[in-house]
Amino acid sequence: MYAANFLVLAAALFCFGVFGVIARKNAVMVLMSIELILNSVNLNLVAFALMNSVAIDGHVFALFVIAIAAAEVGVGLAMVLMIYRNRRTIALDELSEMKG
Amino acid sequence: MLFAAETAELGHSAGWFLEQAYLIPLIPAIAFFIIIFVGKRLPWGGSEVGLISMVSSLVIAVGAAMQWIDRVNAGHGEEIEPVIRQWTWWQSGLVEFGVGQHIDGLAIMALVLVTFISTLVQLYSTEYVKGDRRYTHFFASLTLFSAGMLAMVLAPNMVQLILGWEIMGLCSFLLIGHWWEERANSEAALKAFWTVRVGDMGLLIGTAMLLGIFGTLDIKGINAAAAAGEFDSQRTLMLAAIALFIACIGKSGQFPLHTWLPDAMAGPTPVSSLLHSSTMVVAGVFLVARLYPVFHVGLEINAVGQSFNLIALIGGITILVAAALAFVQNDIKKVLAYSTVSQLGYMMMGLGVGAWTGAVFHIFTHAFFKCCLFLCAGSISHTASHHSFDMKKDMGGIWKKMPITFGAWMISTAALAGIPFTAGFFSKDEIIDSAKHNDYTIFYFVGIIGAFMTAAYMTRATYLTFFGQPRGAAAHFMGVEDHSAHHAGDVHAIDDHDDHGHDDHEIAHGRPFPFAPFDSGWRITAPLIVLGVLAVGAGYLNAPALDIHWFEHQTESSIGLPFAEHEEEVTEEAAAVTELAAGADGTVAAEDSGDEEHAAEEGGEHADPIYSVPEPPKFSWSAAAPGLILVALGGLISLGLSLAVFGKRKNPFSMFVGLTERNKVAGGIHNFLVNKLYLDHLYENIIVRWVAHPLSRAAYWVNQNVIDTTVDGVGKAGKNTGDWVYRNIDQRVVDGAVNASGVAASESGHALQPIQSGKVNQYGALLFGAAAVAAIVLIITNV
Amino acid sequence: MLALIAQASTTTDVNVAQNVAFYIIAALMVWSAFRVVTTDNVVHAALYLAVVLVGVAAQYILAAAEFVAVSQVMVYIGAVMVLFLFGIMLTRATVGSEDKVNLNNKGWAIGIPVALAMFGVLVYAVVDAFEDAVLIEPSPEQIASATTAISDGYLGPYLIPFIALSFVLLAAAIGAIVLARKD
Repeated sequence: MYAANFLVLAAALFCFGVFGVIARKNAVMVLMSIELILNSVNLNLVAFALMNSVAIDGHVFALFVIAIAAAEVGVGLAMVLMIYRNRRTIALDELSEMKG
Repeated sequence: MLFAAETAELGHSAGWFLEQAYLIPLIPAIAFFIIIFVGKRLPWGGSEVGLISMVSSLVIAVGAAMQWIDRVNAGHGEEIEPVIRQWTWWQSGLVEFGVGQHIDGLAIMALVLVTFISTLVQLYSTEYVKGDRRYTHFFASLTLFSAGMLAMVLAPNMVQLILGWEIMGLCSFLLIGHWWEERANSEAALKAFWTVRVGDMGLLIGTAMLLGIFGTLDIKGINAAAAAGEFDSQRTLMLAAIALFIACIGKSGQFPLHTWLPDAMAGPTPVSSLLHSSTMVVAGVFLVARLYPVFHVGLEINAVGQSFNLIALIGGITILVAAALAFVQNDIKKVLAYSTVSQLGYMMMGLGVGAWTGAVFHIFTHAFFKCCLFLCAGSISHTASHHSFDMKKDMGGIWKKMPITFGAWMISTAALAGIPFTAGFFSKDEIIDSAKHNDYTIFYFVGIIGAFMTAAYMTRATYLTFFGQPRGAAAHFMGVEDHSAHHAGDVHAIDDHDDHGHDDHEIAHGRPFPFAPFDSGWRITAPLIVLGVLAVGAGYLNAPALDIHWFEHQTESSIGLPFAEHEEEVTEEAAAVTELAAGADGTVAAEDSGDEEHAAEEGGEHADPIYSVPEPPKFSWSAAAPGLILVALGGLISLGLSLAVFGKRKNPFSMFVGLTERNKVAGGIHNFLVNKLYLDHLYENIIVRWVAHPLSRAAYWVNQNVIDTTVDGVGKAGKNTGDWVYRNIDQRVVDGAVNASGVAASESGHALQPIQSGKVNQYGALLFGAAAVAAIVLIITNV
Repeated sequence: MLALIAQASTTTDVNVAQNVAFYIIAALMVWSAFRVVTTDNVVHAALYLAVVLVGVAAQYILAAAEFVAVSQVMVYIGAVMVLFLFGIMLTRATVGSEDKVNLNNKGWAIGIPVALAMFGVLVYAVVDAFEDAVLIEPSPEQIASATTAISDGYLGPYLIPFIALSFVLLAAAIGAIVLARKD
């Protein structure tokens, strides 16, 4: 199995994620796109674990990322819920109070 | 080899009850779920399920005990193998965690004890908590509580032991806080739970260390390896033993962590009774007894020249402290609670001085009479003192009205105080005797002083409860004038007492008031009678004074260590038990057993077992005499004092009345004891505040003095420098540059302002776009 | 990509069955990922995301990372997807594509070029660096001991990050509760 297989697949997922983050209006959709990005990174890490020698560090890091991603989704969705409760919308282009 | 084959043979013909002993905890555990899910719909609210499950467990336990006795008798003079069955529960890597059973004399003793006491307590509870709003939940928790203890008792490995241990912790929380609507009760439950948790850390750490040292979690393997000295470092084993012992301190209410036990009286009386007799508090002692080789070897108990060790020390302190505290309690249940703590101290001390049999036998006998005492207290409060437990305010003079309760109480008190020919005498005396015999002289004195104090405080409690003038609620019920309260003893005079919503007449069951205190129904009195009989009778299973060593004989194989061989007597049993230490390996045992007797005679190169416990000492009345005299003295002095304080006539002890008011030293001691040695203050006020207050104060001080001064100094220096710089450089040189850059920043800021749109998508686009551009630049420059 | 496939069929040390499985799963994943970011229906997007996540788990198994695959299934498909569905339910009264404005019009214009540029750069870099790097096939013993090795890693060299991670999770749990509770 070629390393490039995994890496190109991961690159594709990453770019779909990037597109989603930029183009999506719904906050939940943006969070989903971020999940795509994180998964593509994990795919890379697992592939790198088999690159030169069988090292376990890639797996360890992938698990770290999974754990952090779970935390991120939890907090992110809580924030989305709160925004929805206060504004009755989660369309990101209507939320621009932080405008400079 | 032949020997090994024989033991294997014995292992197969263990008998149905011994092989199926794992059912004993399983039945109550299943009953718990039945009660929880369908209990409310059953005619008796689930109590019948609990009762039936406990009775069936009791039947199996008794059957197993009979078969164990057969097994011991059949294997006379041989090593008696425990009946171990294990199934893999789960597996992680190479470590397997099993559930199953490890049945030997110790486990059998505890199983019979727990099932028996639980059955009686459940029977008693059907009457005692009748009409309670959480009746079903009460029985569910009670049943699970017993299941937890039983699972711990027959645990073949540390994991199951921890499981049972924690189930008990949870259930004790539920049961102590059964009436959680009152704040004090829920706080007591929390205190019990958290205090025990402090110790439980030790259990987890200790178990992990045992796994590290011996590479196994099986209790048999751990004991065999510890006894055979198969470990790398004595020091590590010592640390493991200490960690485990910390768990026992928490669970068994030993000295620094005993404060939760008296508070645990907030629970219903049957719970106190069960908690304090056979389950929960005994768990800690049981753990030490179960893993005795670990503690014995780890702490070098009975090593030559050792005059004290951690276990004996903690046990000894606990005996004295708790006995002293028991003097100043007015709540009858708290007297009993401290008495339990003190008796647990005896058990620990017994284990600490190498008197394994005595300590385990004391678990056995103590359970009966302490359970009986608690149930008596419950019986009194149920019918005589209007649900009050205050001896000084609400009891007194009820002995004629409640003959069964009074009789059971007196017998149990005698047993607790160690009056000769009661159960408590035989077990306690053996512990005290062993302390002397094994050169732990300090603990011998601690033991007899403790016995003196026990007799004294129990006499006081007995006098206050049953004799003298009726007071408070008791007087109210009996229609007697309440002399202590000094107001008219009219029947309805104290109706403001009635604050928990049930009618006095209901308690009286239609009897006229002057006869109101009476023994309750058979469901309360039957357990009292049975336990009262056993409070005397149980002692005759192992009465060194009468040369009965039956109990010792049944359980000695559980010690895990051989008896040290005295020059004068090498009993057949002792020689056989030696093989346990020689290793779990059958072949080694076989080799040893063949040559053992010759080796002992020759005194040759054949190695003695590395570790051994001393033989229990021979009983002699002269050795027991000092203790007995002190017990009698304690009883008499206390009786005299009680009469002097609460009786009518003057007697020689009247001079001590009001001593605490007159004498500062005595008053100080009294205060010290009333405040429970200020340990709660220590925990709540001092330790908690020492963490919070001085730290914050120190931080504040540092903040005010160090940092502020520094900042001030820096500030002043800076100001002076700044003035100079301002005058010379700033105004002339820098100003121009600053103005120019300010204008530039302001302009570029205005130019870039649209980027800060506040829109997340745009930020994302910028971020990734910039990253892509940067990557392209990097690739191009690298290529 | 085509060059890679051609290479795969010519070299001998590459497991063909493994490769075929990889491409089937990869195609499914790419299609689903595309649908995640383009569909108008939020619930559909979540379900497509689930397909991608399952695909990732399958790829982990192909790469001999079984423990990671199981964690992926448990954490992502078990927990994160449920969270997403809850988030969707709690933030929208009706389920389905009631408006066509999910996609930001301006977003198309910026998103497509940025994503394509990024993809181009990444593919170029990957092919340039790892054109014929072949992944090692771990031995059965190595696969069997992988879980042990991971736990050794966590409790050995990565102990401090592991503990820090537990604090992060604690903080996230508390933060999520504080943010989401009603008062």
